[in-house]
Amino acid sequence: MTKTLISSPHETLSRRAMLRVGAAAGGGLLLAFHSPFARALGANANVGRQFASEPFSPNAFIRIDRAGKTTLVIPQAEMGQGVYTSLSMILAEELDAAFETVAVEAAPPSDALYGNPIFGIQATGNSNSVRAFWNKLRAAGAGARAILIAAAAARWKVLPTSCTAENSLVIHAPTGRKLSYGALADAAAKLTPPANPPLKDPKDFKLIGKPLKRLDTPNKVNGKALYGIDMLPAGVKFATLAACPVFGGKVGHVDDSRTRTVAGVRQIVALDDLVAVVADHVWAAKKGLEALDITWNEGPNARIDSAFLWQDIKAASEQAGAVAKSIGDVQSALKDADAVEAHYELPFLAHAPLEPMNCTVHVRPDGCDVWVGTQVCARTQAIAAKVTGLPPEKVAVHNQLLGGGFGRRLDVDGTEKSVRIAQRVDGPVKVVWTREEDIQHDYYRPIYYDRITATLKDGEINAWNDRITGSSVMARWFPLGYQHGVDIDGVDSAIDEPYDIPNMRVEFVRHEPPEIPTGFWRGVGPNNNVFAIESFIDELARKAGKDPIDFRLPMLARKTPRLKAALDLAAQKAGWGKPLPPRTGRGVAVQVSFASFIATISEVEVDPDGEVFVHRITSAVDTGIAVNPDTIVAQLQGGLIFGLTAALYGEITIANGRVQQSNFNDYRMLRIDQTPSIDVHLIRSGEPPGGIGETGATAAPPALRNAIYAATGIPLRRLPFDRDVLAGRKAS
Amino acid sequence: MARLIVNGQLREAPVEDDTPLLWVLRDVFGLTGTKFGCGIAQCGACTVHIDGKAVRSCVLSVGSIGNRAITTIEAIGETPAGASVQKAWLDIEVVQCGYCQSGQIMSACALLVKTPHPDDSDIDAAMAGNICRCGTYVRIRAAIKNAAASLHG
Repeated sequence: MTKTLISSPHETLSRRAMLRVGAAAGGGLLLAFHSPFARALGANANVGRQFASEPFSPNAFIRIDRAGKTTLVIPQAEMGQGVYTSLSMILAEELDAAFETVAVEAAPPSDALYGNPIFGIQATGNSNSVRAFWNKLRAAGAGARAILIAAAAARWKVLPTSCTAENSLVIHAPTGRKLSYGALADAAAKLTPPANPPLKDPKDFKLIGKPLKRLDTPNKVNGKALYGIDMLPAGVKFATLAACPVFGGKVGHVDDSRTRTVAGVRQIVALDDLVAVVADHVWAAKKGLEALDITWNEGPNARIDSAFLWQDIKAASEQAGAVAKSIGDVQSALKDADAVEAHYELPFLAHAPLEPMNCTVHVRPDGCDVWVGTQVCARTQAIAAKVTGLPPEKVAVHNQLLGGGFGRRLDVDGTEKSVRIAQRVDGPVKVVWTREEDIQHDYYRPIYYDRITATLKDGEINAWNDRITGSSVMARWFPLGYQHGVDIDGVDSAIDEPYDIPNMRVEFVRHEPPEIPTGFWRGVGPNNNVFAIESFIDELARKAGKDPIDFRLPMLARKTPRLKAALDLAAQKAGWGKPLPPRTGRGVAVQVSFASFIATISEVEVDPDGEVFVHRITSAVDTGIAVNPDTIVAQLQGGLIFGLTAALYGEITIANGRVQQSNFNDYRMLRIDQTPSIDVHLIRSGEPPGGIGETGATAAPPALRNAIYAATGIPLRRLPFDRDVLAGRKAS
Repeated sequence: MARLIVNGQLREAPVEDDTPLLWVLRDVFGLTGTKFGCGIAQCGACTVHIDGKAVRSCVLSVGSIGNRAITTIEAIGETPAGASVQKAWLDIEVVQCGYCQSGQIMSACALLVKTPHPDDSDIDAAMAGNICRCGTYVRIRAAIKNAAASLHG
């Protein structure tokens, strides 16, 4: 047995840095920001300083030092979607960098340098990292490459057009001369990149389109990868918190006499709206928090419950909404024939990323450090600056890997609360939410109430009116996205639905649930709309007496041939039409969402007790140019499971102003023993890249719902699926 | 003061006996590869080995461990099963956000030591306690089979 080691987190860091962790399997890259040295400083402590040691930094995304070390600064947060790899591939492709040697860094906060070209702010969301940065990063890589070539040509006194680049080398083929990027760094740094550098012809891509190994995964299998919750700056203390269980409620009285006797407790921080206990480790903080006797001033919202909220939204949906799209004459066309109407209800959902909310903060009189995993790095800096009163440049945000985002980390409430707590603490403090606190104080996917009316003519849809009622997340989060009463996300995938329908109208009724905070949740607007639309399309197919795919195909063929092709492929791969056992059915859902074209077919069995067994899911996807095809398949596989969880279990309910769910025992997740086989078929395409991260979550619920409809004849119209309805114990 | 044998080393932590091992590993020893997900043994993110068996460290008090050997994700690669599982995880490209994967790998390693050639139901039984919010289950299943094949032929 070896001798006793020291035991404070700070001192342990140096030990840990030397710890030999077994076989670095897979031969992946060691990312610079995961080195033991960087660990002690905070994972990207070197980012945001001036790039003095690297002479060549032609733009905010690329740095090359004299030894040729190439560092790519990735503007988007890595939360599992593979963006560190896919954006690096785009940069390295046009730069002609040796991909095996690049290092990746998380960008520091800056809307100006790292703003998402679609949003105009630094944000990772809407499945748009690749789409949004496609042109910008290609140009960044190509511009850098152009001046590296120019520097080499000048040195050789040859024409730049006689030189080529490959594997971080400039080559002059006629004379066989070569110069490495490192050797050219000083000379290239004196040149200005061209404004519109020539981009590669896609047929010449060497990296894009190949299923390359991800850069971030080797350290995720050996415990070395660092998430926000893993930060241990020197002298850190640990805290956990309780906010008023009723939304909008305040702290009344706090009796901390028992907490003061809990070993390891250092401090109790009672603020207007929350109480935190600071301790030597999270367990002591949690014990201390549980020992507090807190009286809350719950306020007027303690009366709110789910039944009221549903009544309220249903009433709101009776009124006409703002018109988001109108084609033809819906009003007259709806009168021409027997109109069919249905409404669909989608519940509140918590995000429940497996890494609970957390934030580590050190507030000093002259500055502030924030260690966190966030989808909005610059907003994180801005909120910390606002709370502390410091100028933004005095707030360093060290963005880390995210243990899941799903939209939860698009909001900065966690940082805001943690900074307020840290202001009362001497030295750095890591605030860790319990799972219960995380689930009960989320920004929830809002409840939606969708009312769709349609008429048929000659076996096709002639008129369609879709009235979407729900919260406008955009109005709070990105006001430009809410104009003239229409939330552009709230109507996404509804105003641009893929079917050729001559008379069509989409309305949006903004209805905010009182005091329940709402936010973006993986799949956002399309999640709601594709579920309602595809469910209703199946009901119309049945009314028309047609097979669900036969009903869809002609209306897709005329308007959205890429989606029709995906549906043809999915139907073939899924064996659509082949006989099935009793109580088993296949269901289809198609979608154009996040600029990807996807058809999904699920095969499910429903037992007499109403339990649903998903046997198989088949998806065909045309997402344009697939930058890293394996990542795209993985995102769909995982997204489908995320969607199955929502369809089968996901619901946050409110009673007495409180969220009733608290942890994974009552806010269930799909597990491996319930996971179907999943086949994803990628369609080759030369179109610009689409988005993929949220598509599977959108696809699974309607595909599953329609399979249940086929198996049982029961048209489910609300999520999650009600087993009592499927067992015949309750009317649908 | 808790005395624990962690990855072959005797370590001491100035904590109460009822403190779950998870928080001692993470906050006292700085071994942050073991993750907190739920605190009630529902998600498996905190899985470690005690004498080779997979346990949830979020509900295991340090006072109950005694001299039994604790192995965490940081050292599992030094075992044949650990190295095979880590390699399979990368070959299959299982990982997305990665937060649950320490726990998944620890559960998978314990399975392969006990059941060299697990079938689907063995995998279900051993892995159903580990939640992956990103939904990597399809690849976890494939990777366990790959690891079994490379480990035991």
